[in-house]
Amino acid sequence: MTTEPTSLGRPLSARRRLTDRLALTAMYAAVGVSLIPLALIAYFLIVRGLGAMSWDFLTSSQPFSYVQRGGGALNALVGTSYMVGLASVLAVPLGIAAAIYLNEYGSGRFAAVVRFFADVMTGVPSVFVGLFIYTLLIVPTPLGFSAIAGGLALALIMLPIIIRSTEEILRLVPPSLRDASAALGATRAHTTMKVVLPAARRGITTGVMLAVARAAGETAPLIMTALGSVQLAFGWTIPISALPLFIYDGARNPFAAGQERAFAAAAELVAIVLVFTVAARWIASRHDRELGR
Amino acid sequence: MTNSSGEPGAQVRRPIVDRPRRRGDRVFRRVALISAAVVLLLLAIMIVSTTIASLPVWRSQGFIGFLLGMRWVPNKGIFGAFPFIYGTVVTALIGVLVGVPISVLIALYISEVATPKVAGPVSYLIDLLAAIPSVVYALWGIFVFVPYVVKPVSDALARYLGWTGIFEGPVFGLSYLSTGLVLSIMIVPIVSAICREVFATVPAGEKEAALALGATRWEMIRLAVLPRSRAGIVGAVMLGLGRALGETIAAALLIGSQVGIHLSVVQPGYTMAAVIANQFQEADAAQISALLGIGVVLFFITIVVNVLARIVVARTGGTLVSADL
Repeated sequence: MTTEPTSLGRPLSARRRLTDRLALTAMYAAVGVSLIPLALIAYFLIVRGLGAMSWDFLTSSQPFSYVQRGGGALNALVGTSYMVGLASVLAVPLGIAAAIYLNEYGSGRFAAVVRFFADVMTGVPSVFVGLFIYTLLIVPTPLGFSAIAGGLALALIMLPIIIRSTEEILRLVPPSLRDASAALGATRAHTTMKVVLPAARRGITTGVMLAVARAAGETAPLIMTALGSVQLAFGWTIPISALPLFIYDGARNPFAAGQERAFAAAAELVAIVLVFTVAARWIASRHDRELGR
Repeated sequence: MTNSSGEPGAQVRRPIVDRPRRRGDRVFRRVALISAAVVLLLLAIMIVSTTIASLPVWRSQGFIGFLLGMRWVPNKGIFGAFPFIYGTVVTALIGVLVGVPISVLIALYISEVATPKVAGPVSYLIDLLAAIPSVVYALWGIFVFVPYVVKPVSDALARYLGWTGIFEGPVFGLSYLSTGLVLSIMIVPIVSAICREVFATVPAGEKEAALALGATRWEMIRLAVLPRSRAGIVGAVMLGLGRALGETIAAALLIGSQVGIHLSVVQPGYTMAAVIANQFQEADAAQISALLGIGVVLFFITIVVNVLARIVVARTGGTLVSADL
């Protein structure tokens, strides 16, 4: 790659060589410029986040005052588990079923429309999803700010991601597998459940895990649905905290103790998200190898 | 995830014969169909229910009065959304103007220059930027990026270019620029991933032909890669723009929360998503309907941007989906 391209043996003109060099330099600079924030964030999370992290932080809840030192984010971790759990239970089966329709049945106009709007849905601002759940559930029903409302908002964020990633994976399942199954007399339902889905298992898992990672990091829709709480709460119908809300509160308030807890919670949240993201990629790469790609 | 729809129209598949008379099959099909329909239904309810909930503000301020109103005084019932619309557009434009050239150059580096050994890790690292939750960007922005990077840069801009008006002081740190720059970091992984996929669809033969004719690597990119990818890049830019318009938490913490319009980008302002997040919990009924009104406007702006992006790209036979995850 180091030899200079020349035109018919003639040496490259200085101007052309310079332009080429400039373009390459700009590319290196762009990569460097965008890796600097990554390095800065990693440094910040390790030094200030892990610096503020302790066993106490992982195992206890927020004190009732932002000014007070100590305590932790257990209340937020519990809330995140509740809401991401509920969101997954709702969005995963629904998303996979919709993807099955799009890839195994839908070939007409309706499927194209659904596909298009699922794409569009991935671009809906998450804060708007929160507003929607607020107008749909919190105003007209007695439910109020609750873990259920937060989980529903997160489910709406996960749904389009799961639909489109699952559909892409189903598309990669070789048609010959379906044909073979059909030739043995299996129905389409049987073929899909026993042949297509198992073949796509890893790929679907990858998409689900990426969706979970995305939902776990969402803050905006939880402000108007789960509301947040400083108490360690176990329940579906009460306001509940979440790690992103916990970080947001700490960052917004001018008290050093709350900010410290926010740094630690940020490290905790990124650790959780990275576990899901990296595991998803690892599973995806094994999936690729299985299909011989 | 790899993109399988390289050749449009190649997907002619007629797998198995349906047996509509089997009950299980029929039920299965119906469940799948309903699940797919739920997506459309949800989107429709979303639009209807938020629009209805925001009706009071449209009635009290008037359509034009709300959109172009400059004043936002909740306790007097005055709700003008223009400062927020302005701030949203300005910060998103800064994010795109800074983020897109960097993203395109990164994508070119990964797909045209780097050896596979380097390209893999580099694209992995850039993708990691997308995995970081926006609240973490916001926290980092407040305590590291703004005080140590944006503030000094803004001070210098105000001192030397303040006379242009665009960089006029006083500099507080939190500003359109602070938000815009963090947005630019946040859109880099998405835009560069889509560009990478777009560049990958350029036929190798055309690139080899350009090189064989004596083009330098840059000339090959300029003559073979970029013209082929123009629509895809436009789509990527618009998706990045859509993401930047809707970003909430980073803007809520870094914009400075000042209702008003400044020509100078180093001064504080407000965005639509930020005002919703910041004021929602303290709002009374009238103000909540005003915030919902802003949400509806934001929704329509981002939807239009997203739909246009996908139409532009669909026309070239490409898809944005796998990179967007």
